[in-house]
Amino acid sequence: MKEIRLLSTSAILGYGFPEASLQAGMARAPHVIGVDGGSVDPGPYYLGAGVPFCSTMAIRRDLRLMLRAAIAARIPLMIGTSGGAGGAPHLELTARLVREIAAEEGLHFRLALIEAEPPRAELQRRLAAGRIRPLGKQPPLTAEALDRASRVVGMMGPEPFMEALDNGAQVILAGRASDPAPWAAAAIRAQLPPAPAWYAGKMLECGATPSIPKGHDCLLVTVREDGVECEPMNPVRRCTPLSIANHSLHENSSPIHHIEPGGMLDTSDCRFDALSDRAVRISGMRWTPASQYTVKLEGVEFAGHRCISICGTRDPLLIARLPLFLEEVRGIVREKAAAFGVGPESYSLIIRTYGLDGVMGAREPVQQVAGHEVGFVIEVIAETPEIAAAVLGIARTNMLHTDFPGRLCREGNMAFPFSPSDIPVGPVYRFSIHHVLELDNPCEIFPLTYEEI
Amino acid sequence: MPSIRELARICKSKNAGPFDLTIDIVFDDTALYRKVRASGVITEALFARLYGVAADDVLLTPYDAAMAIKATFPRLVPAGGIGDTDVYGCQQHAPLLDVEIPV
Repeated sequence: MKEIRLLSTSAILGYGFPEASLQAGMARAPHVIGVDGGSVDPGPYYLGAGVPFCSTMAIRRDLRLMLRAAIAARIPLMIGTSGGAGGAPHLELTARLVREIAAEEGLHFRLALIEAEPPRAELQRRLAAGRIRPLGKQPPLTAEALDRASRVVGMMGPEPFMEALDNGAQVILAGRASDPAPWAAAAIRAQLPPAPAWYAGKMLECGATPSIPKGHDCLLVTVREDGVECEPMNPVRRCTPLSIANHSLHENSSPIHHIEPGGMLDTSDCRFDALSDRAVRISGMRWTPASQYTVKLEGVEFAGHRCISICGTRDPLLIARLPLFLEEVRGIVREKAAAFGVGPESYSLIIRTYGLDGVMGAREPVQQVAGHEVGFVIEVIAETPEIAAAVLGIARTNMLHTDFPGRLCREGNMAFPFSPSDIPVGPVYRFSIHHVLELDNPCEIFPLTYEEI
Repeated sequence: MPSIRELARICKSKNAGPFDLTIDIVFDDTALYRKVRASGVITEALFARLYGVAADDVLLTPYDAAMAIKATFPRLVPAGGIGDTDVYGCQQHAPLLDVEIPV
């Protein structure tokens, strides 16, 4: 029976994996190796700022081991959502690391780069043509919002990866891609049906995450016409029907209907069967092609500059009147900032209270501090770093020194762990585009370029 | 009466994209999963009450194949937006743990 073996090394390029797991995986003669290069999960900053959320030291380490293994075994290496967010600077960073490692290691191959950050004018033209629709509860996209965005990427499906493979690329680095797309591409190109191909991608996109104990490690998935088999490569981990079922729920709004570019993966009738105490077979998935091919657009816009300070109190008298105290501090900040010309409309002051509702915010059902100490992150967001730092300075000083009735420790209310106490965090972004774009050709906004390394 | 923390094998929260939060409760025993479902406790209204959202905004999907119940609803603030407390959305499960289920 026709089968293809796919080896994913980790959850994200740069999260690391044991070298022994990669060797165990390579010993199973996989047809393709790869890893997901990014995620939208760390938030809007990385897409906006054009930087990765893993260090280049960590990315370089993972890349070097994977490049050596792929070139030695003469199999393709595919990475989607390169550099964390899959924009142009993210893709270029990853390509630079690949070129450097190849030169150091004397490796030669055909490299394909698939871009995912279409020119803004191109997106404006498509918006004007009515081909961009909102997702979920988003408002319709406007030309102004599209202009305002710091960066916009399209999330490609498997087709650009298939084109790169058709053109003989051995190492494929893509910008923003649907997480399962490179894996689905490899399986579909091997003439396997889209349902198990996409399902395999869903399992592989997080490395060994569908196993227990959960960890960043290598997962081998064997795709056949009637299902997929998952097995972690590290002997300390096991895939069980529960661990696979748990992962099948990961980060999706529906557990049974998974919308992808070009169609929907329906997992309602899946079966999870243990093949051994560490491998699981999943069958029964279905694929329904969509009448219109769409890709998701992700975009972020600038929301200000942030400055923070971290402190804590061990004073039971202060903790007992915390809400009142914080309101008083806010009032003093309002007054003093206005005195140097910064009105309340030009900044956001947020005092995060760990030990009360720092984790759940307004959704926290417990309204009483139970512990003996409380931690604070004081945060100001303003249009310029100077305004943010100025307002934060006032907030920090008044968290420290504001008097209250019954106060016994008059030297200060807060313990600050650091000097300097105020930390400029840099620009803040917000997600502003979460829409879909209709395409006539799945590759049309994802240009491919090739390099002989 | 046993609570979800005693009955479930997994009870977790996570982002489902930047605008939604998704919560999964997974069991490892078919009979228990069926009893929990039949109890009628885990409903859109339960999530509406615990998380302060409109019941109409809760997408509740039982997934028999995985012995799981999934609920997805809007985040309070989009991930990483100003005022967000949990960029990954992975620490919003706790209010469910003490929900009691007559099984």
